[in-house]
Amino acid sequence: MTGPQRVAGAGEKTGSRVSPLAGSADGVLRDRLFSYVILACALTVLIILFLIVYELLSSSQLAWKAFGWHFFWTHDWDPVNDQFGALPFIYGTLVSSLLALLLAVPLAVGVAVFTTEMSPKWLRGPISFLTELLAAIPSVIYGLWAIFVLVPILRTVVQPFLAKTLGWTGLFEGPPYGIGMLAAGIILAVMIVPIISSITREVLVVVPQQQREAALALGATRWEMIRIAVLRNARAGIVGGIILGLGRALGETMAVTMVIGNRPEIAKSLFAPGYTMASVLANEFSEATGDLYLSALVEIGLALFIVTIIVNAMARFLVWSVTRGQPARGHA
Amino acid sequence: MGVGIQVENLNAWYGSTQALHDIRLNMEANHATALIGPSGCGKSTFIRCLNRMHETTPGARVEGNVKIGQLDAYDGISPTLLRRRIGMVFQKPNPFPTMSIYDNVAAGLKLNGYNNRKEMDQIVERSLASSALWDEVKDFIHKKSGASLSGGQQQRLCIARALAVEPEVLLMDEPCSALDPISTGKIEELIFQLKTQYTIVIVTHNMQQAARVAEYTGFFLLGRMVEFDKTEKIFTNPSDKRTEDYITGRFG
Amino acid sequence: MPNPETKQLEISLWRRITDHLATLFAISTVVLVLAPLIAIFAYLVIKGVGSINLSFLTQTPKPPGEAGGGMANAIAGSVLILGIASLLGVPVGIGAGIYLSEFGRNRFGDSVRFVSDVLNGVPSIVIGIVAYALVVLRQKHFSALAGGAALAIMMIPTITRTTEEMLLLVPGALREAAYGLGVPRWRTTLSIVLRTATSGVITGVMLAFARVAGETAPLLFTAFGNQFWNWKLDQPTAALPLQIFTYAISPYDDWHRQAWAGALVLIILIVAAVAAVRLAVRHGTLGGAA
Repeated sequence: MTGPQRVAGAGEKTGSRVSPLAGSADGVLRDRLFSYVILACALTVLIILFLIVYELLSSSQLAWKAFGWHFFWTHDWDPVNDQFGALPFIYGTLVSSLLALLLAVPLAVGVAVFTTEMSPKWLRGPISFLTELLAAIPSVIYGLWAIFVLVPILRTVVQPFLAKTLGWTGLFEGPPYGIGMLAAGIILAVMIVPIISSITREVLVVVPQQQREAALALGATRWEMIRIAVLRNARAGIVGGIILGLGRALGETMAVTMVIGNRPEIAKSLFAPGYTMASVLANEFSEATGDLYLSALVEIGLALFIVTIIVNAMARFLVWSVTRGQPARGHA
Repeated sequence: MGVGIQVENLNAWYGSTQALHDIRLNMEANHATALIGPSGCGKSTFIRCLNRMHETTPGARVEGNVKIGQLDAYDGISPTLLRRRIGMVFQKPNPFPTMSIYDNVAAGLKLNGYNNRKEMDQIVERSLASSALWDEVKDFIHKKSGASLSGGQQQRLCIARALAVEPEVLLMDEPCSALDPISTGKIEELIFQLKTQYTIVIVTHNMQQAARVAEYTGFFLLGRMVEFDKTEKIFTNPSDKRTEDYITGRFG
Repeated sequence: MPNPETKQLEISLWRRITDHLATLFAISTVVLVLAPLIAIFAYLVIKGVGSINLSFLTQTPKPPGEAGGGMANAIAGSVLILGIASLLGVPVGIGAGIYLSEFGRNRFGDSVRFVSDVLNGVPSIVIGIVAYALVVLRQKHFSALAGGAALAIMMIPTITRTTEEMLLLVPGALREAAYGLGVPRWRTTLSIVLRTATSGVITGVMLAFARVAGETAPLLFTAFGNQFWNWKLDQPTAALPLQIFTYAISPYDDWHRQAWAGALVLIILIVAAVAAVRLAVRHGTLGGAA
């Protein structure tokens, strides 16, 4: 492409007609500016993650140097004497989340199976919509309701009943405050049902219709068909949804803080108050005096961050492997 | 008035696959030239090289010489400015769905910075008249969206949109293949009238269409131009056997 | 000797019973899941409506123990903080989404997508910590700006992904039509592609907005809360979710009442905001347009 380099404008007459766009600019500069701005926006996303990791790591250095790995299995949380052990919070987070899963999974899978396999068509939309609505309620409102409605019910009805019938297990003993691990687990369960349910629904719907028909043709009842042809096929995805729910439960702050009792103790009974990693951050971060105190809290935040990332990554991988994720779309 | 197009040594690639080999062609001003050939022979790639649309595909490359009138298409002018001198109509009508009929026709002007409102009204009316759509839509050009028209009307809208910027050349890539026979007929009539003002290059699968509309026809095969001559000659007495095989239906 | 036929029927009976039990179980799960939903909304209305009056909506909180007062400053504070968050988060999110859709079919784009999904899963309290470190420590104050920054960080991943999705739905033919007219790329992307996907992009923005409007945790040590009015960007600011939290865990009955009222107002405002934007978008489209 050699030749004299002359730049022709839009007005250069190629013929005898003059275009109304004669003399207009070709926008090359603006194109370049635009792509820089857009690129900067995309970079910002990466920078945000970098900043999060950087801040968490650097601000937790003090506590890490002071306690090392012991931080995660000592259970002495004593800000007055600068002793910080995070075990009670890890315990509280794990127990409340696992309890929530135990309650939520059957409910969520049940709702999903009902809407995709059993429900009459006209009912599907409303039920899905209402379940999604559960996901839209802010955490603090869940907490509000839990304090004034759920906890009294637990205190007056549920906990005495559990103590009488299942008290021998050791899980249901001690004074029935209402507030405590059980309340936290229950409200968490309500909060994570929508996500588990919607993922489960997604993976159930993807199961090919022929699978269902094959089972029915062999004489299976509807439940047997669901069990054999649908649930079995969607297993990986459902597990993924469950793990995603776990990820959500681990990081949940407000509702749990409002009903768990906020006492850094490890107890076997579910009636006892507890403390989670997110809750101790919520309660004590703004009042932390002293650099070590703050650093210990940040270290808890770092641990929470790492755990939720790993859990979410596992979950997304599992869901992706069943639904093959978003199909790679070019321009339609 | 339109201008002539001279093409010399044109080669084009999609990544490492070569789609056009040494194309050499002269298209006369104010005439219609049809390009025919079986699927995948490169005729669409060719016209997209004329207005540098080929480059918008990632990995695409062009080498060679294209002159639009006095203008060297690949040397000394940016693709954006070149495309404002050349109009293009695509296989499937693609009016902008969020814009009214008026805004669709004026899009080429408005989006390129032209804002003389009074002139624009006139240009829009003129363009719609040139594409035989004015009478059908004049009552609601501001109220209805471009996408609310029928298929044939949409394509005429796209033609009006291309004409509004007053190009010298009009490229049409199988403009009727998505339309019913009646709309096709209307558009062929249109091409007849537009020929007097513009140079038209039309890619078509339909040999009868080429015979009806174009004075010149080029036959493409496997990325090469096999034969180029007056339409009459191509269809009654082709020089190359491959041309003869194609037009008699032995393949493609 | 049991008749083989009746044995057959017996098996069928057991299988039929399990089938019915399964259906019953599924129905009961739906009831159990929807019950809290209905209960929450019912309590919100019953306990909240009575306390929403003019003074609630126009006054600031009274000292603890004194009756009366309202959450006006918290409502205003939420508006301020959400405004800052939107100003920061929406352009960046849409920009990143445009990048991913129009320029991002490459490794860098994939990493942005991946990071975006990771950010979505970060607990909001952790984001509060980071905003504290980045903004509060620098300003030496709790502030509306810090709160807005935290919420913006939470909005960006959602907006990025939904914008990308919506832009990818715009047919390539429209881009081609614009290029064919000699429209430069930046203009095509904004005036044609983004314009065509507008309603979908806005829906994505509203989704992100509705999600952060109710967030409390990231505001705990960024905006921090305030008993009085504040419009300055570098001072602690009240926010509706924060106020609800503070009142709910307090020992005062009057504050409990106001917490319910505040919660009801919060839900109403979120729903109203989303509905208003949906209506505005629909009004803006033409007859017959997509």
